[in-house]
Amino acid sequence: MTAVQIVFLAVAALTLAAAVMVVSLRRMMQSALALILALVGVAVIFALLGSGFFAVSQVVVYIGAIAILIIFAVMLTQNSMSPEHSQMNPGFLYAALGSALLFSSLVFILSMWVGFYAIPVNLDPSVDTITVLGLSLTDPQGFALPFEIVSVLLLAALIGGIYIARDHHRD
Amino acid sequence: MVNDWVYIGLFILISLFLPAAAILIAGWLAPKKPNKIKNSTYECGIETVGDTWVQFRVQYYIYALVFLVFDVETVFLYPWAVAYRQLTLFAVLEAVVFLLLLAGGLIYAWKKGALQWN
Amino acid sequence: MTFWTDPIGLLDAWLFAVLTGWGLPADVSRIILYILGGFVLATGAMVFTVFLIWLERKLIGRFQDRFGPNRVGPFGIFQTVADMLKIFTKEFITPDGADLIPYNLAPILSVAGVLFVWAVLPFAINMLGVNLNVGVLYVVAAGAIGELGMILAGWGSNNKFALIGAFRAIGQMISYEVPMILTLLVPVMFTGSMGLNDIVKAQNPWFVVVAPLAAFIFFISQVAENARAPFDLTEAESELVAGFNIEYSGLKFGMFYVAEFLHAFTISVLFAVIFLGGWLGPGAEKYPWLGLLYTMIKTTVVFFTILLMRAGLPRFRIDQVMDLNWKLFTPLAIGILIVTAVVDKSLALFTPTIRVLGLLAANLVMLLVTLRFLKIFAQKKRRPLVVPSASTELPDDISEVLL
Repeated sequence: MTAVQIVFLAVAALTLAAAVMVVSLRRMMQSALALILALVGVAVIFALLGSGFFAVSQVVVYIGAIAILIIFAVMLTQNSMSPEHSQMNPGFLYAALGSALLFSSLVFILSMWVGFYAIPVNLDPSVDTITVLGLSLTDPQGFALPFEIVSVLLLAALIGGIYIARDHHRD
Repeated sequence: MVNDWVYIGLFILISLFLPAAAILIAGWLAPKKPNKIKNSTYECGIETVGDTWVQFRVQYYIYALVFLVFDVETVFLYPWAVAYRQLTLFAVLEAVVFLLLLAGGLIYAWKKGALQWN
Repeated sequence: MTFWTDPIGLLDAWLFAVLTGWGLPADVSRIILYILGGFVLATGAMVFTVFLIWLERKLIGRFQDRFGPNRVGPFGIFQTVADMLKIFTKEFITPDGADLIPYNLAPILSVAGVLFVWAVLPFAINMLGVNLNVGVLYVVAAGAIGELGMILAGWGSNNKFALIGAFRAIGQMISYEVPMILTLLVPVMFTGSMGLNDIVKAQNPWFVVVAPLAAFIFFISQVAENARAPFDLTEAESELVAGFNIEYSGLKFGMFYVAEFLHAFTISVLFAVIFLGGWLGPGAEKYPWLGLLYTMIKTTVVFFTILLMRAGLPRFRIDQVMDLNWKLFTPLAIGILIVTAVVDKSLALFTPTIRVLGLLAANLVMLLVTLRFLKIFAQKKRRPLVVPSASTELPDDISEVLL
C-alpha cells in the first residue's frame, strides 16, 4: 500500500463515520459539525485525486456557504434544538430497509460499470486542467449551453428562495 | 507523490496543532477554581431569561441564500478567468450573459426588499 | 547562489542534501523539510503577532494623542510579551450549559483559518510555502474556516450576546465575501492563473493601476471581513458587550485576539501581493531578500491605512453596512467585471500602453457613473426639510442664523 492509499482509506473512513454522526448525534449543532467534517473529508479526497480546484470549490461552496445556510436554517426552526425528542419514528425500520436496498443495488450497478475497474491515468502535468476547464465551459462545442443554463438555474433558485423566505405578513 | 497538496495538508495540520497546543499548555498552567457564580452565563449581572437558542430573524437566511447563489456562480467563473487570455470575444460575451442573468437576480432581490435590513 | 543573494534557497538545498546524505529517500526528505518549513512559517506568524499587537497599540495610542504602551522595555516593546506570559496563567472559565466541542474548537479554528493563508503567501520570489495553482480560491476557503470558528463560538457559549454577535458577524462576513470574490476575478483574469506568485509576476504595471476600482472594493471588503472598525459592529461594546467571544477567558480569548490581529496583517500582505505588485521591485529576482523588503514596505503601507481607518472613522450601523455591500459594492463589482473583461479583450491587439490607458478610462467612467447614481439616490433618500410656517418671523439676514 502506498502512502496515498493509506491517507485515502483513513479519510474515507473518517468521512463515513462523520456521515453516520450527522444522523445519530442528538445536538443539532454537533450534527452540523459532523456534516462539515464529512464535507472536509470529501474535499481531501478531491485533493488526493489531484483535482485541487474541486477540493477548494468544495470548501468554498459547501463549508463557506451551504453549511452556514444550514446553520441559519436550523436557527429559524423552533424547538429543533432540544435533544429530548426521540430520533427514531415508527417507520425507521422500513426506511433502513429501503436505504439498504437502494445502497446494495447501487453497488451492484456500479460494479458492472467498466469505469469501476479502470486504472486512472496520470494527467499530463504540462496541461493546466483549470485552463482546460475554463476553455470547455465557454466552448460552443463543449459545455457553453450547460454553463448558461447553470446561470438560469441559479437565478431560479435565487428567485424561488427569496419568494418563499420573504416575510409575507408585511405585504 | 510529493506535490503542492502534501505541503498544504501538512501546513493545515500544523496550523491546527499550534493553537491547540498553546491552549493545552495554558490549561495546564492555569488555575482551576470554578464556582457556580463564576460559571454562570454573562448577562450584565442579570439572571438569564429563557433559552439561549432563540428563533432568529429570517433576514439572515435570505442574505445567506443570496450569498450562496453568488458564491456558486463565482466559482464557475474562476476557470473562465484563468482561461481568459485564450478566449475569443464570443466566449467572453458568454460569461457577460452569465453575469447579467445573476445581476438580474440581484435586482429582483433588491426590488422585492430582500436586501433591506429593518 | 550565495548566501547573500538567496539565503532560504541555500538553506533548503543544504538541508535536503544532509537528509538524503543520511540515506533517506528523496520524497521523505522533502516531506521532512515541508514539516520543518511549515512549523517555522506558522510559528513565525504567531510570534510576529506579538510584535504586531504592540505596534498597533502604540500607533493607535499616538493617533489618539496618548503614549500607548511605554513601560516594559524600550518604547514598551515587551508589553505584549508580558501580556502573553500573563494570559498563559489565566483561568479558563467555561460557562454552564456550554456545548463543549464547538466551544473549544472555535478559538483553534479562528487562528487556524488565518494561518492557512500563510501557506500560499509569496514574500519573495522563492520565499513562499507553495505556489498553489488554485491559490486565490484557497485563500477564500481559508476565510470560510475562520467564519466557522466564529459561528461555533457563538453557538457553543450558551449566551445570547455571543449568539447575536456571531450571527451579525457571519451575516456581515458572508455578505462582503460576494464583492471580494467577484473583484478577485479581475487579477486572475489578467494573470491567467490563480497562483499568488504567478499573480505577482504578471503585474506589469501593478494591478492597482489597471483595476483601481476592483482594488478599492477588495480592500474595503477585506477590512469588513476582518470585522475591524469601522465595520466592528459585530463586537459593538455599546450593543453586544463583546460579541461572539464574550464567554471566553484566558488564552482561549487570547486566540481570538491573535486571530484578529494576524488577520489584519494577513489582509495587508494579500492586498500588497495581489494589487501592489508583491515582491516586485528593482533587483528582487536576483536578490530574494530585497523582494521580502519590498513586500514588507508595501504591506506596512496597507497596514498603516487599515489602522488609520480604525482610528479615524466612526462605526457604521448594521443597515448601512449591509446596504454598502449589497446595493453598492456587489452591483459595482459585477459591472467592473463585465466592463474590464470586454474592454481588455477588445484592446488585446493594441500595445500595452493603450490597453492600460483604456482600462484606466473604463474605470474612470465607471467611477463617474457610480458617483452620479449615488447622488441621485442620496437626493431621493434625503428627509424633507421642515418648512417654517408663514407666521414665523424670519431674520433679515439668514446667514447670521446659519453661522
